[in-house]
Amino acid sequence: MGAAVNRRAARTGVSILGVILAFALLWEGYKFVWTALGWETPVSPEDRVMPHTWDILLTLFQPAQRSGPPLILVEARAALMTLREAFVGFLVGGGIGFGLGVLFVRSRTSERAFMPYVVASQTIPILAIAPMVVVWGGRLDIPQWLTISIIAAYLTFFPVAINTLRGLRSPPPTALELMRSYASSPSEVLWKLQVPAAMPYIFTALKVSAAASVIGAIVGELPAGFRGGLGRDLLQFSQQFTAAPEKLFAAVLIAGLAGMLFVGLVTLAEHRWVAASMRQTGEITRAGA
Amino acid sequence: MTDLVVEARGMGKTFGSGVEATEALRGIDLDIASGDFVSLIGPSGCGKSTLLRLIGDLVSPTVGSLTVNGKEPGRARLDRDYGIVFQSATLLDWRTVEKNVELPLEIMDFSPEERPARAREMLDLVQLGGFAEHYPWQLSGGMQQRVAIARALAFRPSLLLMDEPFGALDEMTRELMQQEVLRLWEETDTSVVFVTHSIPEAVFLSTRVVVMSPRPGRISREIAVDLPRRRDDDTRESARYFELITEVREALRKGEREGA
Repeated sequence: MGAAVNRRAARTGVSILGVILAFALLWEGYKFVWTALGWETPVSPEDRVMPHTWDILLTLFQPAQRSGPPLILVEARAALMTLREAFVGFLVGGGIGFGLGVLFVRSRTSERAFMPYVVASQTIPILAIAPMVVVWGGRLDIPQWLTISIIAAYLTFFPVAINTLRGLRSPPPTALELMRSYASSPSEVLWKLQVPAAMPYIFTALKVSAAASVIGAIVGELPAGFRGGLGRDLLQFSQQFTAAPEKLFAAVLIAGLAGMLFVGLVTLAEHRWVAASMRQTGEITRAGA
Repeated sequence: MTDLVVEARGMGKTFGSGVEATEALRGIDLDIASGDFVSLIGPSGCGKSTLLRLIGDLVSPTVGSLTVNGKEPGRARLDRDYGIVFQSATLLDWRTVEKNVELPLEIMDFSPEERPARAREMLDLVQLGGFAEHYPWQLSGGMQQRVAIARALAFRPSLLLMDEPFGALDEMTRELMQQEVLRLWEETDTSVVFVTHSIPEAVFLSTRVVVMSPRPGRISREIAVDLPRRRDDDTRESARYFELITEVREALRKGEREGA
């Protein structure tokens, strides 16, 4: 069981590495062909626009500031900070999303009343919401990183709410009639039928949300002027793009890896959860034998 | 009157209202005695499934009266007086066969010690003793339906409601399952209401065949099946069996003509 999880983690790691390698090959291939043919569009292959992949990698191991620690360490620490904000936002947003899904499946009235607002909330750009949340959070003396988590939660709750609702509605009408014939209570219908049926839907949403929560945290860091996260570094490096383009790409690489790590963890949890239910029945077999 | 499991008087059911109203059933008088095996047969749209659902309190009658075990159908449902089997087995994919049979027992607060024992007993009864730890997707359609029957009988209801339970099965499996249901009916002395659109199936299984006709759904005839109670492959070849099949067929044709 542990071995299976390890194997899966190893396989995921290898495939992530493969994707990065393939991307690097495309990048260098583009540079080579476009330089040879003298093409300039859509993107110039010059080193000051598209630095070589090895230069990007090399930058990671050079000091970020004079005589400071290497960039990779600085960015890894920043990524951890951002991931913490994202994770808290993910938990809060996931919880709210699940709660809304349950509320909507229980009461059509509440769905009709609140669903339009839930959908509308996602049409407002996060860039407009973030500064407001930061200002309100500051007034209320909430720690800055927690304020940023609220912005991450804002991006997270929506897919979870929609998919939870879909999943809870997925059992066929006969399954509900069956539960009715047992004179089961609404909470028995929810926990014995609807929630287990919704699990695959919920995990699909959680994977989307894991990625979205990292984006939310990075975007939230910008108006907060939050030091120590990925957002500020990305902003700073993009301002220094003409002088040192490879730095921005290095930071983007780390940000991408952070997101992938989070999604990977959720996927592992999904497989563990399925494996757990299998293990449970396995134990019963042994006890019964 | 307590030996009447189902008693319907002048019962009708209309779905919707106003111009969209559809009269599904009209003037249903039906008595089902304890130990009866009653088949409801008729063309689609004759309301046979609706009648079954009324008995199971999955829908409520619009007019007339209906009692199940001498009680309001809602009361009977809360008392868990009946088990139900649909055309699709409706097993829960994430539960093993045994855990599926335990589902009603969990909801009805059977003790954790009693549940597996009862589930195993029921699985043995439907001859699936070796499949307790399998998942539904590992079973054939016929086996899944047997699990559904085991689940419906697990809490020993006095009435078993079956809505075209073998409609999705092939002919061979179907005949085996018919034999199986008759055996269970004898061993558990449950009354059965069985919806089907197969004339031979209705005659082979039942003590009484209720022939229904459509637009609006009503009972056009009741035919007592006077075949010997113990039925097997010889029954399927007996002259009386064929006579009864003809009788039911003619009743169905007549009902159709009158409805048209």
